[in-house]
Amino acid sequence: MSALLTLDRLNVALPEGADRAHALSDVSLEIAANEILCVVGESGSGKSMTANAIMGLLPGGVTLAGGRILFEGRDLAAMSEPEMRALRGAGIAMIFQEPMTALNPLRTIGDQIGEMFVIHTALPRKEIGRRVLALLEEVRIPQPAQAAKAYPHELSGGQRQRAMIAMALALDPKVLIADEPTTALDVTTQAQILTLIRDLQKRKGTAVLFITHDFGVVAEIADRVAVMQHGVVVEHGTAAQVLDDPRHPYTRQLIAAVPPLSAPPPRPLSPEVVLSIAHVTKTFRTGGFLGRGARVTHAVKDVSLTLPRGSTLGIVGESGSGKSTLARCIVRLVSPESGAITLQGRDLLQLDANAMRAERRKVQMVFQDPFASLNPRRKAGELVAQGLVEHGTPRAEALARARELFGLVGLDPLAVDRFPHEFSGGQRQRIGLARALALKPEVLVADEPVSALDVSVQAQVLRLLADLQQRLGLSIVFITHDLRVAAQICDRIAVMKDGEVVEQGLAGAVFGAPQQPYTKALLAAIPGPKIGGPVLIPTAAEAI
Amino acid sequence: MRLLSLVGRRLAASIPTLLLILIGLFLLLQFAPGDTVDAMMAQMGGGDAATAKSLREFYGLDLSVSAQLGNYLWRLARFDLGFSSIYGKPVLTVIAERLPATLLLMGAALSFAFFFGLVFGVIAARGVNKWPDTLISTLGLIFYATPSFWFGLMAIVVFSIYLQWLPAGGLEDITVMQTGLWRTLDIARHLILPTLTLGLIYLAIYLRIMRASMLEVLNLDFVRTARAKGLDDTRVVIKHVLRNALLPMVTLIGLQAGTMLGGSVVVESVFSLPGLGRLAYESVVQRDLNTLLGIVFASALVVIAVNLAVDIAYARLDPRITTGV
Amino acid sequence: MEVVRRYARSPAAVFGIVLLVAVVAMAASAGWLFPRDPLSLAGRPLIWPFQNPRFPLGTDNSGRDIAAQIFYGARISLLIGLVATAIAIAIGIVIGALAGFYGGTVDTVLMRVTEAFQTLPNFLLLLVLVAVFGSTLTTVTIAIGVVSWPAPARLTRAEFLSLRNREFVQAAQTLGLKDAKLIFGEILPNALPSVIVYASVVMAVAILLESALAFLKLSDPNVASWGNLIGLGRDVLRVQWYVSAIPGIAILVTVLAVSLVGQGLNDALNPRLKGR
Repeated sequence: MSALLTLDRLNVALPEGADRAHALSDVSLEIAANEILCVVGESGSGKSMTANAIMGLLPGGVTLAGGRILFEGRDLAAMSEPEMRALRGAGIAMIFQEPMTALNPLRTIGDQIGEMFVIHTALPRKEIGRRVLALLEEVRIPQPAQAAKAYPHELSGGQRQRAMIAMALALDPKVLIADEPTTALDVTTQAQILTLIRDLQKRKGTAVLFITHDFGVVAEIADRVAVMQHGVVVEHGTAAQVLDDPRHPYTRQLIAAVPPLSAPPPRPLSPEVVLSIAHVTKTFRTGGFLGRGARVTHAVKDVSLTLPRGSTLGIVGESGSGKSTLARCIVRLVSPESGAITLQGRDLLQLDANAMRAERRKVQMVFQDPFASLNPRRKAGELVAQGLVEHGTPRAEALARARELFGLVGLDPLAVDRFPHEFSGGQRQRIGLARALALKPEVLVADEPVSALDVSVQAQVLRLLADLQQRLGLSIVFITHDLRVAAQICDRIAVMKDGEVVEQGLAGAVFGAPQQPYTKALLAAIPGPKIGGPVLIPTAAEAI
Repeated sequence: MRLLSLVGRRLAASIPTLLLILIGLFLLLQFAPGDTVDAMMAQMGGGDAATAKSLREFYGLDLSVSAQLGNYLWRLARFDLGFSSIYGKPVLTVIAERLPATLLLMGAALSFAFFFGLVFGVIAARGVNKWPDTLISTLGLIFYATPSFWFGLMAIVVFSIYLQWLPAGGLEDITVMQTGLWRTLDIARHLILPTLTLGLIYLAIYLRIMRASMLEVLNLDFVRTARAKGLDDTRVVIKHVLRNALLPMVTLIGLQAGTMLGGSVVVESVFSLPGLGRLAYESVVQRDLNTLLGIVFASALVVIAVNLAVDIAYARLDPRITTGV
Repeated sequence: MEVVRRYARSPAAVFGIVLLVAVVAMAASAGWLFPRDPLSLAGRPLIWPFQNPRFPLGTDNSGRDIAAQIFYGARISLLIGLVATAIAIAIGIVIGALAGFYGGTVDTVLMRVTEAFQTLPNFLLLLVLVAVFGSTLTTVTIAIGVVSWPAPARLTRAEFLSLRNREFVQAAQTLGLKDAKLIFGEILPNALPSVIVYASVVMAVAILLESALAFLKLSDPNVASWGNLIGLGRDVLRVQWYVSAIPGIAILVTVLAVSLVGQGLNDALNPRLKGR
């Protein structure tokens, strides 16, 4: 095999005071023309640092500390900055995770793609314009002429990523580095972008270094795979070898933590409905002075759902589907215009502010962002005790209860005196859970509670949630964009699109025999459908 | 079209602001000891109570406060600012005579501060924590802490008294009649020190904001994209960073238009410039409340106009500004 | 204590605190070093500095001791600076918090008022206030506080707007906390560091405003103020420029000290901005 790009025992040193000395230790990789190498790892594995090292764009304080980066026989590590500049974009191009922030908001798409030619070629302006259009057509952007004149904020996320790809491929680079290019996108858009990258790569014979955390994406796109952990490549081989027959325990653990795309056998559901949502509608009006130029967004349109006691209702959908707004309506952070949300026979929407405050303890919420959802200036124990104190429990008693709850969610009860920033992401999510459980709620609303977590941590938190449901008889509304997660934990599933519920039913039925075209499309878009470990959540019988 | 509706909306929004200011000030001035008639009587060298009463009736000062307020607003709507008893002219005329000098001074100081603030901010940010940055930032701090009137006085001592390079005050040399280019040059010479004096603190503010803004933008993702495209540092700054970093600077101009106008009161007094600021000072000293109110009205209009210009500039710089917000 | 350590790491911040302590020491020792009224006649007028050991900084046009006026002036500047800042920050926090927390109509109304205040040139408003209410120490201090609140109000509002929809505030709301507790217990402590840092800017401006007012002879004439002295020195600027120069340096040093301390606090309280 003739490698186009070779990393030969590459070392990258972190600045003093970092949690480890090396971002990369003896990383050796090879990429040949016309193949896709996926580098997989969790956060902190050094996979993005590998890309930065190749591009010669290491962040301040981070330095190359040995090894070679060979591209077409030349060592990039030893290259001067002007030589390196001539190579960036032309020889090795790169696309990034977040296409909104990766594009300059003040310049048009066409201008930014054209800049590639301005830097590296002497083409006349008119020819550049023609090439930009051809590129935009090649990445299949709708209405390429308009898109060239548009500013980044005027395009959708998927279109922006297409524009980024057009820009990266402008000069037919030998190597394309893609750093989590689909992570910020919805699952259907992700599927389209993956197909596009695969197609263009085949057609042009580009070598692609594809960085991702998602084994589904790996299964979809990789020819070969390298698995990284703490700056070390722990396993590499062909996609088939690594996915079907992983050798390294870390790889096995990672693949086992990926939730399989099939629901466990259904559990019996209680006939008692603890929460029912009937014809709830919420509209947002933004902007507009004296009513002019106002934009109206129908976030939730006439949604009706029921939650049987002790079960989990999954609400799934892509961004903008209204699922998060619906969650906030249930806990009354947002007040819907019409409809009824009935908890144990009482319509919450009819309550005044004081009555609602008293009722709040019955519906609690777990939030998505483990960093933003805890007040950084309060101790963890205080955060958990806060709700109890507010509802009349004496302070000392509430703090004692907080310690018990810490034990319940698998945290050290002595950790109540620490501040949130002293915990890891998964631990913070446990604190958030303890805070919600402190008030012994009837219903727990969980808004993307595991989306910000690495896959192995995600599995632990999901298991905890299922376990607590068993022990406390919790009724859960579980909001997620991740259908794999939904399949594992939910008894019933409601699929939302543009503010409406398009399909609902038992998890097994929705995943096994979807009725609506949108649900089918959503399921078809999930990358690597066959990938996945064993069923995460044991059924009731096994648990006991 | 986008700009036009922006302008319309901004103007409409400034009307309540203006009303609020005028009503507030009018009511505030009701607390003032003595009214226009008192000031006039003092000017005339005293008079009897009957004259005062008839004068008050003539000016409508015997009416209820709300009726007076109504009259006042109605007169303002017709740009009738009343009569200055001290200057013996309509307030509008007095202000019109004084406004050009102030606008000239403000424009000059703003351009000076903006241009050099931009340049020094960029230089400081590009060599962050190296000696040019340290020097520029230190000077910025010192300029910020310097009282403008004191700087003006010291500049007069050095440049006018000892070196005799520049005139110590006035807008132009009135001992010789000059026209055309020579007059322009003469005025420019007279404005050098006042411009430096008024602009100094804004120079300090702008360079600090520009530096911070550059550093922030340099950390954004699209700058990494630009580097990954193969752009060199200078081009990254010119093509991608500068325009983004300018946005907070432009916002700041609007926010500080009022402060700058206030600063001109002091600077005009130091350099005996015949501007609005000194007029304000004189009318406070001479208790000419009618004129003072007129000046406040005029300055509010100036500030609103500057803010409108800033909004337009911002909308041209940033395509994300839509008519909706 | 982490904050103190981070603060002490910056030489500029330490220098600022040293300057500030020096100014405070001047204010504190004024009565002890110069037991006589600083505005009383002390000797021959217009003695240059370093000429007569009794008057190390010389005397002004009417024979008053400049050194004594500088020391007593520190009291006035610090007093006016602190009180006016406290007034401005208090008004600013209340207005900004209400506007940012409740949004909607409350926000619109409060922001219109704030805008009105910002549209008025602050120094002009100060002139009007002094013209109406007179220029005693109390009225001048209150007036400076009243013209200085819009900027802190805007800052507080911006902080509240961004914190209002953070998940931790929503979490506290779902726990059933009352609005007052959300505002003062959850949001304000997180917004406060920025506001405290900004208070140094307000204080610097307040000191400059008072000195400008005094320079124009519109502040309280019965107290020894640095601005008064500069205004007085203006009449003899051609030859005895030191009468104006010396108090100007005192103002510069004080404002510089306040700014440096503010900047040091900013780096210490908001560590994410550090290292740039």
